[in-house]
Amino acid sequence: MSIARVLMKGNEAIAEAALRAGATNYFCYPITPQSEVAEYLARRMPEVGGVFLQGESELAVSNMLFGAASTGKRVFTTSSSPGISLMQEAISYMAGAELPVVIVNIMRGGPGLGGILPAQSDYNQATRGGGHGDYRVLVLAPSTIQEAVDLMTLAFDLADKYRNPVMMIGDGMIGQMMEAVELPEHCRESELPSNDEWAATGAKGREPRIIKSLFLDPVGLENNVLILHEKYERMKREEVRFERYKVSPENRLMIVSYGTMARICQTAIDELEHEDVSVGLFRPVTLFPFPENEIFKEATKKNIRSVLTIEMSTGQMIDDVQRAVMGKKSVEFYGRTGGIVPAPEDVRERILKVLGPKNATRRKKSRG
Amino acid sequence: MDSAKNAIFKRPEALRDIVTHYCPGCTHGVIHRLVAEALDDLGIRERTLGVAPVGCSVLVYNYIATDFLEAAHGRAPALATGFKRLRPDMIVFTYQGDGDLASIGMAEIIHAANRGEKFTTIFVNNAVYGMTGGQMAPTTLEGQITTTCPAGRDVAHSGQPIRIAELLATLQTPGYIERVAVHTPQHIIGAKKAIKKAFTYQIENRCFSLVEVLSTCPTNWGLTPDESVNWVEENMKPYYPLGCFKDSEKGESG
Amino acid sequence: MPGITIDKNHCKGCELCVRACPQQIISMSKEITARGYFYALVHDPSRCLGCCVCAVVCPDVAIEVHAHGLVYNVLEY
Repeated sequence: MSIARVLMKGNEAIAEAALRAGATNYFCYPITPQSEVAEYLARRMPEVGGVFLQGESELAVSNMLFGAASTGKRVFTTSSSPGISLMQEAISYMAGAELPVVIVNIMRGGPGLGGILPAQSDYNQATRGGGHGDYRVLVLAPSTIQEAVDLMTLAFDLADKYRNPVMMIGDGMIGQMMEAVELPEHCRESELPSNDEWAATGAKGREPRIIKSLFLDPVGLENNVLILHEKYERMKREEVRFERYKVSPENRLMIVSYGTMARICQTAIDELEHEDVSVGLFRPVTLFPFPENEIFKEATKKNIRSVLTIEMSTGQMIDDVQRAVMGKKSVEFYGRTGGIVPAPEDVRERILKVLGPKNATRRKKSRG
Repeated sequence: MDSAKNAIFKRPEALRDIVTHYCPGCTHGVIHRLVAEALDDLGIRERTLGVAPVGCSVLVYNYIATDFLEAAHGRAPALATGFKRLRPDMIVFTYQGDGDLASIGMAEIIHAANRGEKFTTIFVNNAVYGMTGGQMAPTTLEGQITTTCPAGRDVAHSGQPIRIAELLATLQTPGYIERVAVHTPQHIIGAKKAIKKAFTYQIENRCFSLVEVLSTCPTNWGLTPDESVNWVEENMKPYYPLGCFKDSEKGESG
Repeated sequence: MPGITIDKNHCKGCELCVRACPQQIISMSKEITARGYFYALVHDPSRCLGCCVCAVVCPDVAIEVHAHGLVYNVLEY
């Protein structure tokens, strides 16, 4: 059945996608550039009979999520970089207590109060767990609003599948721009997992359940951490997602980029194609688990001279790219930060610089 | 222990038969029992959720036999808010000490009370940080010696102790706020009434409720349990007066 | 005849029951339990009123009170 496409602001599309995935429980705190999510849901949530609550801080809100997730129902929040820092305590606790939750980070410039314009400076925070202890969150990075909508639905499914926090990170542009999207159908109550085997539902006819992350006995704690660790290993086996753009044997250069930065790279790649310069883009969609095997395979192809990582930061994903490439090829970096979004010309210039003064393509130009 | 056939006082069902880790004379044990008795008397154990704090009573979930969530330090009211908003049919209580509630968790308790979240908070005030070895708390009395104010609390340096019951009672949102003590049998009887009333209000879906319980900490006060009873009477009660500070159902406040 | 049983295993020797008992019939043992506490015991059970005050103050719920026949309700508890 064809669903009409609707022009929506990214923040609002993300909100609507969550509702349709059955996540009608939202706790929030306003912060630029994602406050529109809260404003949209403040109007929309009563229509679907869900729970909307603006808390007193991200610290409180993220802990409300712990309580709400313990009911077994789908819950989520959205915030931006400084707010996400405040949520790290609760994210660590939710990972340790094996609670499903979805958190969206509409990234802005940092560190500290930083700026309100888009950036990709939270890669390290997102992919390394972000808080204390041995854990990870599954990280999804959309580059279009449609992809953000699709990944929101996936995020809730994965959160329930692994009983682990899942984070979707988009830069400020994803939140603020408007694009046409196809929204999914509303999820039916019966399609949602019941989570009755572990949720706190009242100790009627069973032993009381304790949803906790404290294990004072070191063997018990190691066991718990190993259970978590196995989840992350399984994610690495089963949940890696990525996209290739104009990857071909003619490429001399491989770009690795994600989010809206990747779209800018695509424009630069298209422009360079007209100049007979062949470049391919590898776009990770899951930042954890990182597509290291696939990047290694692509980077070590004979036609690839070097890898260029492009991020809106001073270089965070590049560490994972270097690790994936294992020293087989040189990994260069280009990025702007502080809220500055590189233009396609900037990317084109850097690509040509990396490739060197001679013609970059392997294709021989016919000379009459 | 076998319950005698003609037992007129025995361990409540909602309190597990486990030797607790609490120190000799620590009135956490009494307060746990009063909560368990309230749950038994009101028949709500099977639909109750407790939220455990960080502090000596972090292990309350091993003793009171309900479903429990373990909160980060100070965040129990936030967890309780999130849970109760999604499950208003369940009875939710937080159990917190003075470090947890009045220090790191001050924002969470004030805002939960101000929003009128319909859960019950059992606030155990023993004027010190017990679990971590006896440091100063926001409720430590002037001149009281703790490990981080070894010369006694100097109010010029640290300010005056905070009276939580009075503070929360100033909020305009309806609620039930009472301060009780458990150092003598008479006080324990009064404390049980207040705790039971708080849970009853929640069953009737009325308002936020908080019962502040003056409690002993013999180990960190450096006193015997017997001396601790006197210390509550002579030192805590004058600064933290007992009584009902807000009972919106009766139109009483302040 | 009312009486109490004190569970040695739970008793931590805090002596709050000794102080609380209106009949002053509880005192501390001379030997220690496996946990290293002197435990409370009733040295004159015949004078127990079954008032339950000892059980009410005990932080470890170590005391159970039983009675047969007529029992005066001393406390509203």
